[in-house]
Amino acid sequence: MIGLLVGAPLLGAAVLLVGGRYLERVGHWVATALAAVSLVLAATLFFDMLGRDGEDRALHQHLFSWIPVADFQADVAFRLDQLSMTFVLLITSVGTLIHLYSIGYMEHDPRRRRFFAYLNLFLAAMLLLVLADNYLLLYVGWEGVGLASFLLIGFWQHKPSAATAAKKAFVVNRVGDVGLAIAVMLMFTTFGSFAFEPVLAGANETSEGTLTAIGLMLLLAACGKSAQVPLQSWLGDAMEGPTPVSALIHAATMVTAGVYLITRSGAIFNGAPDAQTVVIVVGAVTLLFGAIVGCAKDDIKKALAGSTMSQIGYMMLATGLGPVGYVFAIMHLVTHGFFKAGLFLGAGSVMHGMNDEVDMRRYGGLRKYMPITFVTFGLAYLAIIGFPYLSGYFSKDEIIYAGFSKGGAEGWLLGGVMLLGAALTAYYMTRIMLLTFFGEKRWQPDAQGHEPHPHESPLSMTIPMMVLAVGSVGAGFFFDQGETFVHWLEPVTGLGHGDSPVSHGMVALAATGVMLLGVAGAWWQYGRRPVEAVAPSGRWITRAARRDLLQDDFNHAVLVRPGNYLTRGLVYLDHKLVDGVVNGTAASFGGLSGRLRRVQNGFARTYAVSMFGGAAVLVAATLLMRAV
Amino acid sequence: MNDLQAPDIEWVALSPSLIVFGAAILGVLIEAFLPRKQRYYAEVAVSTLALAGAFAAVVGLAASGHGTDDAQVAGMGALAVDGPALFLQGVLCLVGLVSVLLFAERRLEPALHGASVDSFAAAPAAVPGGPAEREAEKAGWTTTEIFPLLLFAVGGMLLFPAANDLLVLFIALEVLSLPLYLLCALARRRRLLSQEAAVKYFLLGAFASAFLLFGVALLYGYAGTVSYAGIADVVSGEPGAIEPGLAGTMGNDALLLIGGAMLVMGLLFKVGAVPFHMWTPDVYQGAPTPVTGFMAAATKVAAFGALLRLLYVVLPGLRWDWEPVLWGVTIASMVGGAVVAITQTDVKRLLAYSSIAHAGFILAGVVAVTEDGVSSVLFYLGAYSFVTLGAFAVVTLVRDSGGEATHLSKWAGLGRRSPLLASVFALFLLAFAGIPLTSGFAGKFAVFRAAADSGAMGLVVVGVLASAIAAFFYIRVIVLMFFSEPKADGPSVVIPSPLTSTVVGLAAVVTIVLGVAPQFFLDLAGQAGVFVH
Repeated sequence: MIGLLVGAPLLGAAVLLVGGRYLERVGHWVATALAAVSLVLAATLFFDMLGRDGEDRALHQHLFSWIPVADFQADVAFRLDQLSMTFVLLITSVGTLIHLYSIGYMEHDPRRRRFFAYLNLFLAAMLLLVLADNYLLLYVGWEGVGLASFLLIGFWQHKPSAATAAKKAFVVNRVGDVGLAIAVMLMFTTFGSFAFEPVLAGANETSEGTLTAIGLMLLLAACGKSAQVPLQSWLGDAMEGPTPVSALIHAATMVTAGVYLITRSGAIFNGAPDAQTVVIVVGAVTLLFGAIVGCAKDDIKKALAGSTMSQIGYMMLATGLGPVGYVFAIMHLVTHGFFKAGLFLGAGSVMHGMNDEVDMRRYGGLRKYMPITFVTFGLAYLAIIGFPYLSGYFSKDEIIYAGFSKGGAEGWLLGGVMLLGAALTAYYMTRIMLLTFFGEKRWQPDAQGHEPHPHESPLSMTIPMMVLAVGSVGAGFFFDQGETFVHWLEPVTGLGHGDSPVSHGMVALAATGVMLLGVAGAWWQYGRRPVEAVAPSGRWITRAARRDLLQDDFNHAVLVRPGNYLTRGLVYLDHKLVDGVVNGTAASFGGLSGRLRRVQNGFARTYAVSMFGGAAVLVAATLLMRAV
Repeated sequence: MNDLQAPDIEWVALSPSLIVFGAAILGVLIEAFLPRKQRYYAEVAVSTLALAGAFAAVVGLAASGHGTDDAQVAGMGALAVDGPALFLQGVLCLVGLVSVLLFAERRLEPALHGASVDSFAAAPAAVPGGPAEREAEKAGWTTTEIFPLLLFAVGGMLLFPAANDLLVLFIALEVLSLPLYLLCALARRRRLLSQEAAVKYFLLGAFASAFLLFGVALLYGYAGTVSYAGIADVVSGEPGAIEPGLAGTMGNDALLLIGGAMLVMGLLFKVGAVPFHMWTPDVYQGAPTPVTGFMAAATKVAAFGALLRLLYVVLPGLRWDWEPVLWGVTIASMVGGAVVAITQTDVKRLLAYSSIAHAGFILAGVVAVTEDGVSSVLFYLGAYSFVTLGAFAVVTLVRDSGGEATHLSKWAGLGRRSPLLASVFALFLLAFAGIPLTSGFAGKFAVFRAAADSGAMGLVVVGVLASAIAAFFYIRVIVLMFFSEPKADGPSVVIPSPLTSTVVGLAAVVTIVLGVAPQFFLDLAGQAGVFVH
């Protein structure tokens, strides 16, 4: 049953890729149906799980022995507990909705079948990632989603920018993947196994140094996949992919895999406070980094990408807090999955109506033309800025509260940073909202003279947006009601209670306050007076933020250029030294060969002499051996 | 006068060689009594049936435990019926059977005066290009004697690895060699080259036989017996009754050492190891290609079998004396064969040098002196013989107006013109090079592992380096076939009859099966790794 969950989309990917043009007309329906099959299976398993008690809810399924070599035992085995169930439901539900959305969005794309094949491949890999019962199998899923992400970012490979973005995502992710690979190797040498059970149980009896090493390597992996500083640079460029991809992979699911990894490895981080501190720092830095970048971008998708980084920063920070934060990190992850997917789908819908224009300064006043998009986008907007009693309000406030409970100066610092982040969130989201849906229309004919005719998108696109809007509005309230979510996850992640200097109510009040400040700031800049259709040059901080806070310049100077020099040096060495030795050896053997073959002169007498000489040597050597 | 005692013959245990010899004599009778037109079919039928029957007999003997628990010495101590003997006899019967198909191929040469002909001279005794030959060709004659010759050679080879007595060893050597000398001289095209090859082979072979025979005499002088078991007893210090006439020489270690070295040298000549290899390129090139294929595959199998038995049964007590010497021969063969092959320009000579290098690789397994060493050599021989047969069968198919186009430059671009054939040849070359998933890898891995386990790490290192050198010229041919422009006047690939196609296909299948799933055959060879004493 669990295997089928992964198997259905995997089958879809295989059939669609192998089936070729025969499936051109039905391919997208096949893919969507198989995604729906996964969703139905997931729901069935979920209700089945609800029927059991908290302790017995985890399911294990051993499919087959994968690599049995002496002590090296790797199995293909699944583990379905509350944590993976949460992810499975999120992945399959958002995944199915986005499959449905893509039917409309990709309608005119000649390679639509291939697109759906990749989407199915992504679903299968992502489900494998969260269902794996050992780190090696998780690694397979981890690489699988990386591959799917690469293929989908570069889906419009005829655009050089898309091809480059795909390559960039792949290369940056590779850095993180090396971290995961090393972590898995360290686990094997330390615990003699990859399976979650022995590794996490054995963490108690392992030295802190080892745990810190493993933890830091896992964090490196998480940074790569979840676009956290310092491996954040790929996410903005990844928006080159089709918008449904941005919604599913680069907002709702794949980029949160890092949070899953750290939560799943909680036992390791709990034993390594230093690693936890690094996680917190990474989360806090990314939270602000993403928010600042999000404030400056005029490209709607890139602004949302900055927001994604920032929100995952919140989650990452929460996981760094240990058992106090795990539950709320996952809770924010789920609510974020809903409203961020909704925002991206809304952005896609806007682009769909605007001839694929992404510059928000060329939108304006779209609420009249796209009422459904406006309402669903607006609800998701309210959810993300933490409007009271919508999803983000509950999950984000809990994280901020957990930050304060760290205690002491650290607690105040973390709480302050997160409140600042909340204000920035409100600012950049309001900015997006105002630029897109309010004010006067600012669009112009494009280079070919086509004037955009904004229009509402077809039902196949708006229905998923509506469903996600419902989730954005209600999920947080539902989770918080009687602490449902906390009780649900507690058996897996544990739950700690910190010592907070401020009360829940105070935090909620403060968060709402800074939220209103952010909204007001955005309105002051963009709502009160008409917006310029061409971006003003801005101050240095704006310019830097537009360039993603110089991340690419930094990477280029610190990594790429020395790397280039190193490569050039190695190539030189390879040419002169290695090739020299190799070619020299080859030439000398060739020369030797040419000389030796002259002995073979065709005369039987020479051959006989050689035999005689050989026999003499043979006899002499044998006698000599006895003599020595 | 003693009563003449009739020898006690175990007919069943000796049935494989008896069947083959019987069929060979029948073949001679066919030549004598049947009209020319019917001889071909009769000979092919008799040879095929005899070799298939002999193979069935081998399988039957092995199945009834003669290879393992019931291993015995038959024919009054003259012949051993044990695992290695039966395994190699089985391989030899199959190689012989496949060679019969190659010999019988009649579609490659253009029809002569309306008669389809094979690769063998119409009138071998006639002067090349003379009037007698022209008449024979006009009359449509073919030399069907090749089949009984082949059977005699196979019969000798069947005895060779089973010989348990020095005289039988010598006789088997001559029985297998003489037909081969003749067969080498029978090429239809380039007859002078063929005859030259045969004469060289004969002269050098006779020279080597003389050494071997001298070695036999010295060993008899040392031990007073020619039986393997008897000599082994004396070597290990348990002499039997002393022959009065030999009292002066018996137990003299100098005789043992010199005699042993000469025996080994005679066998090294047959396997084509450096420095007794010089006949190989000339003979491989001059002989008719089907004969080359047969000879390259079968002689090596038989001679290595005899060498193994000699070293493992007779001379294990002298291990410390002969092992360093064989190390030298092994290294010289691996390196020498591989290095000289680099500059070869003729595909048959290339394969000849490759066979010298392979003789070195197999010797690495022989030197191991363990049960694993024996079984690895057995496996290697089985795998190698089929690759060799297949490769030479492909060579027979690439032809131009002058017959086979063996110059490498003519093979340029073959892969574009005949992708299937070139791919199969590439498969054989990869197997020679020992690339994984081919039988060559499994065999090489087995011998090198056996050598490494027995402590001969140095040999393995040299062997692997030599393999790397060898890979160069194998892959060069592949590059030539697939990545060069075909020449305008290049050779064409002849569509053969099902006979040659069967050979090539079978060899390719064996190469892949032994490469992908070698375990069954490795186990089989593993069970056959014990000599009867």
